Amino acid sequence: MKKQTGKTLRAFAIELAVYALLVVGYFFLVLNLLGGWLYQLEGQHRYVYAIVAILLVVGQAVLLESITTFLLRLFSGRSE
Amino acid sequence: MFFPISNTHISPIYLGIIGFLIGILGGFFGVGGSFIAGPALRAVGMDWNFAVGTDLAHIVGKSVVAVRRHRALGNVDLKLGLIMALGTIAGAEVGAQLIQMLKRAGNVNLVVSIVSIVVYCGISGFMIWETRKTLMSQKGQSQRGLVKGPRSKEDHSAFGPVTRAIQQLKILPMVALPTSGIKAISLWLILLVAFVGGLFSGFLGGGAGYIRMPSMVYVLGIPTHLAVGTDLFEIIISASYGTFTHAVKGNVDILIALVMNTGAAIGAQIGAISTQYFVGPKIRVAFVPLPLIGAAVVIYTLMSGHKL
Repeated sequence: MKKQTGKTLRAFAIELAVYALLVVGYFFLVLNLLGGWLYQLEGQHRYVYAIVAILLVVGQAVLLESITTFLLRLFSGRSE
Repeated sequence: MFFPISNTHISPIYLGIIGFLIGILGGFFGVGGSFIAGPALRAVGMDWNFAVGTDLAHIVGKSVVAVRRHRALGNVDLKLGLIMALGTIAGAEVGAQLIQMLKRAGNVNLVVSIVSIVVYCGISGFMIWETRKTLMSQKGQSQRGLVKGPRSKEDHSAFGPVTRAIQQLKILPMVALPTSGIKAISLWLILLVAFVGGLFSGFLGGGAGYIRMPSMVYVLGIPTHLAVGTDLFEIIISASYGTFTHAVKGNVDILIALVMNTGAAIGAQIGAISTQYFVGPKIRVAFVPLPLIGAAVVIYTLMSGHKL
């Protein structure tokens, strides 16, 4: 049981580390590519900005977790 | 780091740490965490309107992460969450209208503050009594280890007989919640619980998860693990609605929300997975300080005149 718990926690820690890297990368990508556009959008087209804002936060959660899962499957498949 | 949308200078490390802490609390207890995020953003000079709107945006992202994790663990009742979202939105609107009425009467701060202090302290006091009684009655039984699978749905509460009596109220229409293990419960009861949570959300500005989560456990009889996951799912819908309306009014700095979310997304995963290592009563006993923090913030605001 302890061994199983340890294994689960190790897998979770690896997943979390990959996810953390992606989340930080995502922010800098958005900042560099969309920072100026978002600033203009907020001033001129509030409704579009509101939708884009929700899509960005939801996308961060959904997209990055999917990428993390994909990457982990890819690496675990190779190591087997 | 300069954030042009809200015209503020804030350290991204500070935002990430705040987000991380709120993420852990949110993932573990099913709360939005605005009682920490709001004051934390205000403390670094952010305008109140931006603090509220930006906090809501980050809550959406964090809740999505936590819900995905909780769903994988079987802790989300989608049907219940969707019904509750309707009640919450309606309650939040009525709460906001009540605030306007009290404002016109000229005693909004005092009334809202006293009501919220009584409610927060009442929740904490009741939960201390209930969890103590429940844990005492379960003494000798194993409380450690993983509680995955069907066992995670099992939850004991000293308040159980009252909850079952409430569940038996036949106010039509009745709905079944198989995921939560409830054969039939009045739709109006679910809407009422959500409405009251929304009402407090409209009153106090936060998500009011510290009222909704215990209500789901004690009034509706939802197992604690499922109450946490389902509350987070419901928060996604209500906080998205709040984010949209605040963004339209120019109160959301999405770049700050994304920085907070870098920490919150990681914290939420840790918080969500941690629930698997605790039984329901232990999650509830750890929950007790949260409403007290809310009460402390209100008391501070009342005494100092500064809104945190």
